[in-house]
Amino acid sequence: MKVMYAVSSGRYNRPEFILPLLIIVQLGLNTVEGVWPLPQDFTSSTERYPLNPRAFHFGYGEQSVAQQGCSVLDAAFKRYFSLIFPDYTSANGVLQFSKDKPFIVEISVDHDDCESYPKEDSSEKYNLSVSERKAILNAETVWGAVRGLETFSQLVYQDDFGSYFVNKTEIEDFPRFQFRGILLDTSRHYLPVQTILKTLDAMAYSKFNVFHWHIVDDPSFPYQSRSFPSLSSKGAFHPMTHIYTQSDVRRVISYARLLGIRVLPEFDSPGHTNSWGKGQSDLLTPCYRGGTPSGTFGPVNPALPSTYQFMARLFKEVSSVFPDSYIHLGGDEVDFSCWKSNPDIRRFMHKMGFGVDFTKLQAFYIEKIVNITSALNKTSIVWQDVFDYHERRSSLSVVEVWRGGCYLCEVRRVAKAGIRVILASPWYLDQPGPTHNWARYYTVWPLAFQGTEEQKKLVIGGEVCMWGEYVDATNLSPRLWPRASAAAERLWSDEKQTSSVDKASPRLQDFRCKLVRRGIQAEPLYVGHCKHEYQGV
Amino acid sequence: MLLSGLVTLQSATNMNTTLKFTVLLLLALGFCQGLQHNYIEEEEAQPVAQASKYGTLWPLPQKVQISEVSFKLSSSSFRIVDAKESSAGQSCSLLQNAYRRYYEYMFGGAAAEEQNQGKGWRTDPSELTELQVWITSPDSECDSYPGLTSDESYELSVNQPFAVLKAPKVWGALHGLETFSQLMYEDEYGAKSINSTTISDFPRFAHRGILLDTSRHFLPIKVILANLETMAMNKFNVFHWHIVDDPSFPYLSRTFPQLSQQGAYHPYTHVYTPADVKMVIEFARLRGIRVVPEFDTPGHTQSWGKGQKDLLTPCYSGTKPSGTFGPVNPILNTTYDFMKQFFTEVSTVFPDAYVHLGGDEVDFTCWKSNPDIKKFMDQQGFGQDYSKLESFYIQKLLDIVTTTQKGYMIWQEVFDNGVKLKPDTVVHVWIGGGSNEEMSKVTEAGYTTILSAPWYLDYISYGQDWQKYYKVEPLSFNGTEAQKKLVIGGEACLWGEYVDATNLTPRLWPRASAVAERLWSAKEVTDVNDAFNRLSMHRCRMVERGIPAEPLFSSYCPREYKGI
Repeated sequence: MKVMYAVSSGRYNRPEFILPLLIIVQLGLNTVEGVWPLPQDFTSSTERYPLNPRAFHFGYGEQSVAQQGCSVLDAAFKRYFSLIFPDYTSANGVLQFSKDKPFIVEISVDHDDCESYPKEDSSEKYNLSVSERKAILNAETVWGAVRGLETFSQLVYQDDFGSYFVNKTEIEDFPRFQFRGILLDTSRHYLPVQTILKTLDAMAYSKFNVFHWHIVDDPSFPYQSRSFPSLSSKGAFHPMTHIYTQSDVRRVISYARLLGIRVLPEFDSPGHTNSWGKGQSDLLTPCYRGGTPSGTFGPVNPALPSTYQFMARLFKEVSSVFPDSYIHLGGDEVDFSCWKSNPDIRRFMHKMGFGVDFTKLQAFYIEKIVNITSALNKTSIVWQDVFDYHERRSSLSVVEVWRGGCYLCEVRRVAKAGIRVILASPWYLDQPGPTHNWARYYTVWPLAFQGTEEQKKLVIGGEVCMWGEYVDATNLSPRLWPRASAAAERLWSDEKQTSSVDKASPRLQDFRCKLVRRGIQAEPLYVGHCKHEYQGV
Repeated sequence: MLLSGLVTLQSATNMNTTLKFTVLLLLALGFCQGLQHNYIEEEEAQPVAQASKYGTLWPLPQKVQISEVSFKLSSSSFRIVDAKESSAGQSCSLLQNAYRRYYEYMFGGAAAEEQNQGKGWRTDPSELTELQVWITSPDSECDSYPGLTSDESYELSVNQPFAVLKAPKVWGALHGLETFSQLMYEDEYGAKSINSTTISDFPRFAHRGILLDTSRHFLPIKVILANLETMAMNKFNVFHWHIVDDPSFPYLSRTFPQLSQQGAYHPYTHVYTPADVKMVIEFARLRGIRVVPEFDTPGHTQSWGKGQKDLLTPCYSGTKPSGTFGPVNPILNTTYDFMKQFFTEVSTVFPDAYVHLGGDEVDFTCWKSNPDIKKFMDQQGFGQDYSKLESFYIQKLLDIVTTTQKGYMIWQEVFDNGVKLKPDTVVHVWIGGGSNEEMSKVTEAGYTTILSAPWYLDYISYGQDWQKYYKVEPLSFNGTEAQKKLVIGGEACLWGEYVDATNLTPRLWPRASAVAERLWSAKEVTDVNDAFNRLSMHRCRMVERGIPAEPLFSSYCPREYKGI
């Protein structure tokens, strides 16, 4: 009978081996093991120090180049005070001066990048030393300091009586990969700005540092362009309520900056551009049926000079709106049938000597766009399709690998060509099933391909993709967290120390409860509970 | 950008994606040069919700006639009132409560402010100012609990000078109010409007349930209430509360408080106090929803053992107790004394005529290891057949529960094992694969049954899986008309292994809505495209009402979810 149930789609045919792990998590993780993602190098002891929120300060070290008034760090102190002391409210009666000697977290940074944006090569390295009454946090940049504060906040725990403690700890930490991104798709469903900001918060908790904003696509064009306002007034789901105004975009960028997160915009073309056509006539290729236009449109029309004039203006605007030095140009999944049907395109192909090879046309188009953005001093990222089609690969800077199958084969090919790689294939989190197995996103080995050290260095990182077909503000958070955190550890931590799913499991359960405590709707990994459950609906 | 390889696509409306998927495979195989597909452009094939001739009604009523004539509704003048002839009046707080609830749904928060300005305005000739609610039966059942045999039918006529909602009992009126609120829409100027409409409606099945599991993860009361609210929007009428199980025992028992003190995840923060339970039951009653508690035994009882010594069977390894425990110990009199007291309490706490006794997935290995059990098996002449021991236990339990004046529901194994059941027992079919045969067998034996096998919503997959739930026909098994009449409904089950407050609501809705229409509407209502159109709007309505119901596909709602 048991067997029968095991093979049926029964109620509980789930692996039971997970149960012992649950017991571990109940004990709580009060050491550096409780930090997610796992720091590179650490020692901790059972010696613990009480923390009193009324006798706790952040301060700048004397050596620090950044001092009071550093926008990034001042904002971080404010944020992390509440994260470290979640129960603390200043309304707890009259302000009393504590008799306790104060605990000071002293921060020193080597560069004054307080007012700048995090960059592709910004150091995120930090050292953290926690001892009696003092924690010393040293970093090269404010971004490293922000990562260190996140780590410190995760080291603090409460006992059963609600008192706060931190253990004696030494940490030296830095990310394994420079580029650790999350893609959100605001075209298939519109995501309110609040939802984006909340996701940025959660990203910082897992030390992600790139928000890849797949802002437009076929279904809608929510980006309100200064140069071409009709793109969103015609192409958004709604011209007033379902758009990102310039100030919305600025808000997202400046909010992300304070968290040490870069905002990487994607304006995908020539495919995935249906919504562009609504507000920009003659941009898309008219498809033909027989000898006449069918009334439908295909990819961007690569045969018209006006297309490139439009793109030059749009990307000029985008380059000034988004400060990051990278820009994502898309270039994926171009459907050639419409181009093939169009006599003008065919004539153009002939003129250019492309024969009937439409990949040449696509390569021609992308190269022109890449040139436009290079002239604007932007490094362009393209989806792997472009690399696959493109004969003159030298013009490419960064390729994002997204297709399934042997994705490491593709990573290897791109690296061999001397081009930087971002890996996304194993982290398509919009797909919830068929299993709930977070370990699938954890046991990814991005450098497990044959190649030289040089080639491996070209793999600059990875990205979690949350495509929007089935995702909007109602279900984004639980679908993203804590599964994205599994990828975060793979991208930040040392692979040898984090290769075991069994070891990671109780730590991730603990971390997901931390996320819930911080108001992030992170779904459970398996049966169990958090001390503080999610209180929303 | 869709990932090839892992995607499973089921939908008919998803043609484009399927084609795209095919192309990706071809590309992956290296045929990119010779691609000759001549398929339709993207925007044509995208499933975009079109207006259904039935508007946004969900689940679809049995008989609907919507005319072109439309009336305006103004928040300042519109009222929901008791009809003079109604057997339920001002004193029926269930209805008064519902009037306010639906008024708020229909006019939103701005209503109160507008109300003052509205005074003195002349009524527009095309305005509808009143919905009269008329309970026609002498006993409105306003102060009772809904039950399996409750009359849920109603008739709604939207016309001037006022709309009339007629129902024999309050239960039908509640459904009618929901339907009325679904008929309302905003015209292009934002004015609330409703078309002249005649509806006559009743459910196809009497038992339309949702199972929530509060043992594997504790669900805060707020989450339970929000889902009861959403159930009412979908005309579900049974909350099957799988309240305890192996991982935790959150039910705070007055008779045996140590069960939750020891067996809950936390004795204070992760329990349901008697006041909580009462609140859930009353909240549900006000929405025409029954609360059927499940106390599953003899398996699935690990958490019971923590607070109740000697209740579970000690497992042996070799000749010594291993320190672990198995199912409820069926050979001790103390077990039955405990059960008697416990179920007596349950019968007073939960007013519904039914209690679910579980009885599924009993693991015999522990029983087999225990020498006392083996001795007992010999004495009883059960030989090696442990299902006989299980039946022995269940039989005694059923007798106990019978003395508490409750009917019972049980999972299908109890029936499969040949336990003698009272004729009014409801057998709950849950095992996927062969559920049609099981339905045949159960009904052939003359028992009423409810179906859950195709509706395990805790299983998730990529794509529009609501269609899979929608296409289920509960009476597709082989059997006589009389047998089919024994199918009283079904339940969507959301087991809690991977579900808690963080993800429950979007995982349940609108996928459970697909089940709701299957259980309420006529058998012939099977048009998936029309369902897609109505369900898209229905999900936006749930979102507008503050319920984070997830999207069906790329789309938007005029008012997106604001809760983050």
